[in-house]
Amino acid sequence: MELLAIDFAIFLEKFILIFVVIMASLLIAMYTTYAERKVAAIIQDRYGPNRAGPFGLLQPVADGVKLFFKEEIIPLSSNKLLFILGPSLAMLTAMLTSSVIPWGGDIELFGRRISLEIADVNIGILFVFGVVSLGVYGIMIGGWASNNKFSLLAAVRGASQIISYELAMGLSLIALLMMTGSMSLGEIVRQQMGGAWGGLLGWNVFYQPLGFLIFLVCAFAECNRTPFDLPEAENELNFGYHQEYSSMKLGFYLFAEYINMFISSAIMATLFFGGYDIPFVNEVTLADKIGLNLTTLLGTFSLLIKIVFFLFLFMWVRWTIPRFRYDQLMNLGWKKLIPLALANMLVTGAVILLLKK
Amino acid sequence: MQALTKRVKVLEQKPMTIMERLYLPAIAKGMMITFSHIFKKKATISYPEQKRPFSPIFRGLHILNRDEEGRERCTACGLCAVACPAEAITMEAAERKKDEEHLYREEKYAARYEINMLRCIFCGLCEEACPKDAIYLTETFAPANYTRKSFIYGKPDLLIPNPVDEPAGFEKAKGLIEERKANMRNNKTE
Repeated sequence: MELLAIDFAIFLEKFILIFVVIMASLLIAMYTTYAERKVAAIIQDRYGPNRAGPFGLLQPVADGVKLFFKEEIIPLSSNKLLFILGPSLAMLTAMLTSSVIPWGGDIELFGRRISLEIADVNIGILFVFGVVSLGVYGIMIGGWASNNKFSLLAAVRGASQIISYELAMGLSLIALLMMTGSMSLGEIVRQQMGGAWGGLLGWNVFYQPLGFLIFLVCAFAECNRTPFDLPEAENELNFGYHQEYSSMKLGFYLFAEYINMFISSAIMATLFFGGYDIPFVNEVTLADKIGLNLTTLLGTFSLLIKIVFFLFLFMWVRWTIPRFRYDQLMNLGWKKLIPLALANMLVTGAVILLLKK
Repeated sequence: MQALTKRVKVLEQKPMTIMERLYLPAIAKGMMITFSHIFKKKATISYPEQKRPFSPIFRGLHILNRDEEGRERCTACGLCAVACPAEAITMEAAERKKDEEHLYREEKYAARYEINMLRCIFCGLCEEACPKDAIYLTETFAPANYTRKSFIYGKPDLLIPNPVDEPAGFEKAKGLIEERKANMRNNKTE
């Protein structure tokens, strides 16, 4: 019976946690579409959706219902299996990354200490990178299976863009990893919480501003957001890789983009902005005063605020900057960001060596 | 080459400075501009609740006027149909019978009076041509419909409420017509 001596409650708690995180990501992605339209409208001196429900808050529900009831068209000349696999894969990879993000500290329930991170694996960042690289398959398969020249062109663009920017993204992170000495996202957050001013000065963005900038630019490219939205450049490619898709399959592609945005905002907040750290507050003394659970909840709230800020940044940039030309995109990726990231890595390494002496 | 106008401006194409090549200052500047628009007044008018005020001499759908006793003013002289550049107005004249004196103001009246709203260009020449104070344009416009036929407005659609049956509706229409007359007069003197 030695083998069965597993703590079975851990399955239950992880299952509940996974359920909550997935539901929350879906809900937030839903309302990000609403926020995107609202922000776009406000920046363009309009009102945005305001008919469905108070302030148009039911608009994403209406959109979802509409997409579900649309006729599903699978082109005759398409590869059916791949055609269905494309959006599913896009959605899956978008959701997978959320498993290693520390959504908060620990909570105590029924005498058990439960971590709000679904899987605190020691190669968290590597996992994120692996899954994000898989995300390109969603685009590639969808574009290929549609048997449409525009879709294929867009898929090829998307693939090469994501691969190019992944390099600079990884290089910018290596400098960060040299500093933290750990790949576990939970550990990186815990290290940042130790800084002065209640953890604020411990945030990695103050030690790696260039690394953050490179990571931010690459995150925009990875999410296919303006100014790097070449895979769905409407005026050149009609609609990009999801041109032939309709109904909820199209919805999945669009939705995956917003979940990707949400997750990459969460990763940026975790890696560079202290994750669930509350600035100007020492979490340990706060936990003594108001209890552990409440502190953790406040921490999660603080993480959400950081995420919302990044989401707003994504939209703000989208409605400000026009799209890059394809050669400009490649120039920026290969000739500017990668050398910059390499230099950043070199300087970080040198400084660490000097300080260790 | 000789410049065609004196407004030609020759642009100097200098290579970009380092600050310009960084893009980031320019992007930050652009983002501040879009951010400032968040606080600007919205240009949108939320249509069904808010309506844009029409000009005082806006030319919408037509109405046919009645006098104080509810008699139709139109005598089917045909001046409006002649004035109409779109040939949208059709009418048939008839002679008033003995017992119809309470219905029509003068001996001749329009038995049929139709305006094709799909032909009408809402120029208002008919109301200017009318010598009998009978036709006016209003601030309403033709609603959407399914058939072409339904855009041909006959006398029941055009006539204002009869003071004998609906005094309130008549008073309202009368007020609108008086206002319109005043506005048209003002517009002429300017």
